[in-house]
Amino acid sequence: MKPIAQLIATAATLVFATSVIAAPAPAANEAPDVLVKRISADVIETVKADKDIQAGNRNKIMELVNSKILPYVDAEKMTMQAAGRFWRQATPEQQKRLSEEFRTLLVYTYSGALSQIKNETIEFKPMRNDPADTDVEVRSQVNVTRGEPITLNYRLAKGAQGWKIYDINVLGAWLVETYKGTFAAEINKSGIDGLINRLAERNKQLASKPLKAPK
Amino acid sequence: MKSKNNVSTLPRWRGLALAAASCVVLAGCAAPSNPQDPLEKFNRATFAFNDAVDRVALKPAATAYKNVLPGFVQTGVSNFFGNLSDVWSSANNLMQGKGQEGMSDFMRVAINSTFGIGGVLDIASEAGLQKHDEDFGQTLGVWGVPSGPYLMLPLLGPSTVRDTAALPADFAADPWTYKEPVNVRNIGIGVRAVDQRASVLEASNLFEEAALDRYEFIRDGFMQRRQSQVYDGESGPQKDVEKEDAEPAPASNTQVVPEPASPAPDTQRK
Repeated sequence: MKPIAQLIATAATLVFATSVIAAPAPAANEAPDVLVKRISADVIETVKADKDIQAGNRNKIMELVNSKILPYVDAEKMTMQAAGRFWRQATPEQQKRLSEEFRTLLVYTYSGALSQIKNETIEFKPMRNDPADTDVEVRSQVNVTRGEPITLNYRLAKGAQGWKIYDINVLGAWLVETYKGTFAAEINKSGIDGLINRLAERNKQLASKPLKAPK
Repeated sequence: MKSKNNVSTLPRWRGLALAAASCVVLAGCAAPSNPQDPLEKFNRATFAFNDAVDRVALKPAATAYKNVLPGFVQTGVSNFFGNLSDVWSSANNLMQGKGQEGMSDFMRVAINSTFGIGGVLDIASEAGLQKHDEDFGQTLGVWGVPSGPYLMLPLLGPSTVRDTAALPADFAADPWTYKEPVNVRNIGIGVRAVDQRASVLEASNLFEEAALDRYEFIRDGFMQRRQSQVYDGESGPQKDVEKEDAEPAPASNTQVVPEPASPAPDTQRK
């Protein structure tokens, strides 16, 4: 009996081992609010610990945004929603260029916002979504030293690579919604390529502009 | 308005297409670009005026205020006027049926006016009583009055028709309106305006970077924010509209009904 028992034991261990290895990496299974909390805490800690960033070093800030935030942002989905019905009319080449330019613009904008973090704390509100949802909203607020706390909400969608952010709400205004009007007006005026060129121009301008050092 | 896209290599076609495109574009210019903004021409003109005043007077004053005055003085000014506005916020919260927030704001005023030495120190916030920003326009919104079109007010900035109608109530309820002598009152109004401008100085610089068209960016952001303020953070039924718009299904191409404004990009692209 012994060799058979051994065989069964080995087989069982093998099966168990492979199932553990085959299990998806924990990162892809991270709950959306846990993900956002982790990114926020990470980013804020980095900003507070780094004097260079606080002094307005644009390259460092953009590096921070590119490495810690962008991997979790679905820029294409953001652009698709901001472009609305025009997305379907765009060629894949135009879609790609538009997503890239929009993403770059957001990186510049977000960097500007990050360089101004000082003593603010972020408070997360309880999630109201079903665990089975694939499209959720994570709500938080930034407690500032004066005035009302600033609302900061995120919309995330679950894709093949886990949860990704596709919209941000600051002070009650959703980013995608706010850009929709501008996109539509620009596309009506000079077409999708016109919009892409305008974004590219703006990004060039921002690249050469030094970040203002906060007081 | 020359299109760089390849319309065709034949010059005859190009001329015709350009003519067609310009007709459509002109027609497009006549139609309002945003259903929430039928007064766009007036609003843009007022925005340009406000912007000029801002660049010439308010922004430099706010920048100087921010750079020169010590931090605690700026905080004191902000707290003082914030305390005065808490009185009306409290009343509005109660009118909206939010008893807890109303009482909380009332306590803020009580604590800050006494222990906070006339409102200059904001002890209530440190005690955990968060500040609420409620005005009569929001109260009307909660009572069911729709916001109406976007309206840019001279000097006062973005608003809506409903909120503009509510302004007299806000003015009447502002304790500072009754401050005597008049010159002190006017100085106070000026200082308050500069202080408020200084507090959004960095945010407004950010807008300049983020927005392609500042007027539209401010309008669309403001309308959403107003909605969010009325409902205290809930964005309402907007979400469904966005999801319908963004469907990526390729089959839907054939079902897309061309709308009047869209022929322009079509002629230009192909």
